[in-house]
Order: sequence, then structure tokens, then C-alpha cells
Amino acid sequence: MSDTETPDAAEVDDAAEEPVVSAPYGAIAASSSRGQVVLHVGREGYLDTISTARADGFVLCVDITAVDYANHLDRALPASIEGERFEVVVNLYDPVERRRVRIRAQVPESDPTIASIYSLYPGVDAPEREVYDMFGITFEGHPDPTRILMPEDWDGHPLRKDVSQGRIPVQFKSATNHR
Amino acid sequence: MSITEDPPVDETAPLVGQETLDALEARDVVLRLSETAAEHVEHDVDDERMIINMGPQHPSTHGVLRLVLELAGEQVIRTKPVIGYLHTGMEKTAEELTYLQGPTNVTRMDYSSPLFNELVFSLAVEELLGVEIPERATWIRMMMCELNRMSSHLLFLATNGMDLGAVGMMLYGWREREEVLRFFETVTGLRMNHNYIRPGGVAADLPDGWEDDVERLLQVLPERLEEFDVLMTGQPIWRDRTQGVGVLTTDEALALSTTGPILRSTGMPLDLRRDEPYLAYDQVDFDVIVGTYGDTYDRYAIRLNEIRESMRIVRQCMDRMPDGDYRVQDKKVTPPPRMRIDESMEALIHHFKIFTDGFRVPEGEVYVAVESPRGELGCYMVSDGGTSPYRMHIRGPSFYNLQTVPYVLHGGLLADGIATLASIDPIMGEVDR
Repeated sequence: MSDTETPDAAEVDDAAEEPVVSAPYGAIAASSSRGQVVLHVGREGYLDTISTARADGFVLCVDITAVDYANHLDRALPASIEGERFEVVVNLYDPVERRRVRIRAQVPESDPTIASIYSLYPGVDAPEREVYDMFGITFEGHPDPTRILMPEDWDGHPLRKDVSQGRIPVQFKSATNHR
Repeated sequence: MSITEDPPVDETAPLVGQETLDALEARDVVLRLSETAAEHVEHDVDDERMIINMGPQHPSTHGVLRLVLELAGEQVIRTKPVIGYLHTGMEKTAEELTYLQGPTNVTRMDYSSPLFNELVFSLAVEELLGVEIPERATWIRMMMCELNRMSSHLLFLATNGMDLGAVGMMLYGWREREEVLRFFETVTGLRMNHNYIRPGGVAADLPDGWEDDVERLLQVLPERLEEFDVLMTGQPIWRDRTQGVGVLTTDEALALSTTGPILRSTGMPLDLRRDEPYLAYDQVDFDVIVGTYGDTYDRYAIRLNEIRESMRIVRQCMDRMPDGDYRVQDKKVTPPPRMRIDESMEALIHHFKIFTDGFRVPEGEVYVAVESPRGELGCYMVSDGGTSPYRMHIRGPSFYNLQTVPYVLHGGLLADGIATLASIDPIMGEVDR
């Protein structure tokens, strides 16, 4: 190989390994999914990343939900991120610049808790309760961490992958034979 | 109540500053009381404060919404919306259904604008598949969605009128909506829950003579809308009941993740059709209707005028409807034409495979949003390469918009609460999913 070719080849290799966009807002890694910007964070950096993004103009929290990756613990993620069972997914929107960003936070199965972003976005009151209800992920700092869609005395979290459809008897309120 | 001067606007201040969050926090309007506790509250006879239940069966809640209200006399202090009565686990069901069956499930979420649910689901699947749908399918989708926006807003006008005592309005609104639904029936075979927009295009081409039906609609509706103006818009009783009631500012609405007509009524021109054009919205001409005061009246007026804008779009769709195929001819996604099945064994097998097994969608995750009549309707879809979604989440605008209820009801009279709640226009099927 001649000297002139080497830098070019190195550049191409680097470009292939580098994430698609550099990770802003203190996120650990960034990637692009079907052209959409995705930031990956752990539990610790979650609140910081979101508050930095909010200060940068992402004032509308469009959506917060979660995914249970119990069947895909070894899914493809940026190298610096270790995949956990649960992912909390937050979609933010900047209504002035018309930009979107998605933040995926890893939440381990052994201790499914994460910081609440209620203090930044009061609009996540109901959706964070929904995530708790459906996945059993507790949001620390949420003013009312109770169930929202299922009955208050329900046992279990239905959208977890180890809950299968049609196998759970319906639990009626004040029925005597609770599981 | 009437408003005499414009609210002061500070152009330089950042959107939703810390003061807004602090102010929202300080208002302390959300009643944090468990459902069981709410049923067993002992009332002090001398105390003006009391806790009452409104719903879940109450005509003004448009479905099964229960409000636990803390009242001081007739004034609403704190509110807790209790939801979940219509929860049927549709997101769980979606994990069992194939991508082709998916629209039948999501179409039942927001039952007054079912085509938007199908659209956002299909767009998410198509984004993951990477297929591009034919131009005619795009325009059919756009026209059908705008007609659906009209029928949904007509339903709102009908129920909103009824809640405020304009019972005649209920009949008129329902009559006009029925005209639109009749057209849906000729196109999709069903009045509601169409399963018409599917991944890859639409289920069927527009029937012969569809132009005449749409033309008749566009001829009839403008004068009916004028009648509504006479009946409600300019009417003093209507104005007294709605103006200055249930006011929300732009910053509050943004902080509470509100979208759609409620956010636009505060003066924020956020409309995904214009801001992030999907389908062919960048090729049609329409205005984004915004309000000024963010009160119940503005929310009503925005929807009334959005019907007019939708009619403009439908007119353009009619004039410019391109020729071509109504679904993508990608053998992986599209079943073969009906007539091919009779003559070709391969086509029969292909048809059978698609409807029993479904098609596989590449791994990935995507969030797609459209502007439904109620706001941003989003779909977050995760595929693991199988024939049904690994996770499908619908961001229902009603679910988020409903969070404004304690804030807009606070300090007002209970009777105004009905007017305000009606103007939020929540569809409980979408809230509970």
C-alpha cells in the first residue's frame, strides 16, 4: 500500500464504525433508525440528557412508552450500550425548529426503576402511570405512581412478554378468589 | 363573561420556561385520591367542600370517563379523571396479529376517526418495510382522511351542542356526519371501523361515480355550516357559555403535551400536515386555523373552520386524483388480484400464504405521527423480523389531551365544566385502548 492510499482507507473504516450522528445532550451513543435520530442512555444519564434536550428547545414531550425485550436481550445496540430487558422510550419534539429526537433508556429487570421526568414535562403524568401499569417500571419522583388503565388491585403487568394472552383469568374487583 | 383585550404576548421569552412549570405545579389541581378511597369519603356537613363522582355513565363524558371532583359549593377545585373502563389491551392484541390484520385492531381505538388509526399504523409498517406506495393510493388516503376529519368534527359539533343545551345541533350534526359515513360505506363497505387503509395502499379502488358522491357532499355542506353559524357561532347564549371558559395558555398546553385543536386554540400553529408533511399534504393548499384565547369558544370555532379547510383539501384531491394503482404491486406485501387466483396455482398459494402467515418486516423501530382530528396520533412500532409487531404503541392524542381537564376545570363552575370537557373532545376508546 502506498502512503497516499492509507489515510483514505482508514477514513472509510472509521466512517463505517462511527455512529451515524455524534451523541448530543450527554447521551452515551446515538444512532439513526429509518432516518430518525435515536439517543441511547443508561438509567443514570436519563434525566440529564432529557433536561439538556429540553433546554435546547425540545419542549414538547410527545410520547413516553416502554418495550419489554425479554425475547431479544442480545438485540443490536451501539457498542457502548449494554442491553437490558426493559427500555423506556421517550419521543421529544421541538415545535419551533420542527425537530424530533427519540431517547431510549435501558432499565434492568432486577430493579425496574427510573427517574420521572414529571418535573420537566407535567404532561407525562398519565403516560408514566400507564408504563408503570403495563410494565411495572416505577418512576421515582412521580407524584402519583398508581395504576391507571387496569383496576387498582390488579396483580401483574400485562404488556410484559411473560404474560401471555388469554391465559389469565379476569380479576374482578371484590371477588373472593383472587390469585 | 367576555374578553375585552388581547392577552399580552412576550415574543422573546422561551417557550415553556421554568415559571410555567412552577405555576402549573403550584396550582395543585389534580386530585390524588385512590378510586377506592373516593368511594368512601365522609362529608362534613358544615364544610362546603365535597367530593362527588361524575360518570362513568354520564352523557357529557362521551363514553365512559369518570371524574372525581372536589367541589366548594358549585366551584370545581380539584379533579381526577379516572379512566380504563374501555381498556381491552389492544397493544397486547397487536403483538398477536399479523401486519395485515393490524389495521382491524387499531381502527377500533379512536372510533370517530378510524381511518387515521389505520393510516398511522400502515405508515409505520411501510416505513419499516421501506416500500413506497403509488401516488393514487396516497391521494385516496388523503381524501378519505380529510373526509373523516370532517365527520369527526361534525360529531364534535353535534355532541358539543347537545352538552350546552343546543339539542337541535345534535340532530343536524348527526345528519351531516351520516352523509359522510354513507360515502364511506360505498367506498369501504362499512360506516365505521373500515380496515380500508392497509400496509401497501388501500383495500379497494374508489367505486365508479365516487366523484358525484363527493361533489354532492361538497355542495351540501357549506350551506349547512352557515346554518351552524347562525345556530351557534354568533348566538349570544352560545358565546356567553363558551367565551372565556376553560382557558389554557400556549405554555401550559405545551407543558401538558397537548396537541391538535386544543394547542392551536392557544395561538400555537402546530399542525403536522404543514410542519411535517406526510402523504401529499405538501402539494395541496390549506390554512392552519389558530385561535387566540385558548378558551372553549376558540376550540369550537377551530373545529368548525377546520371542516371548511378539509373541504378545500377534498376538492383539490378530487380535481387532481391521479390515475394508477391503488396499492403497491410488491409481491411480498400485496396479495395477487382476485381473478388471478382462479387461473394460477401459484397465485392461490401466494394468496393463502399472505393471509395465513403474513409477510415479514425487517428488524427495526420507528415512530410515525399524523395529525388526527384530535392532535398528534403517533405509532411506535418495533419489529423483530417476524410477521407481527414485537411491540406496537399508539400515542393517542385524547389520552394526553385529557390531562388538561383538571387544569381547565379549576376555579370554574361545574356547569362550565361540562362545556369545557366537551371542547376537549376526548374519545375514550383511544384513551383506554
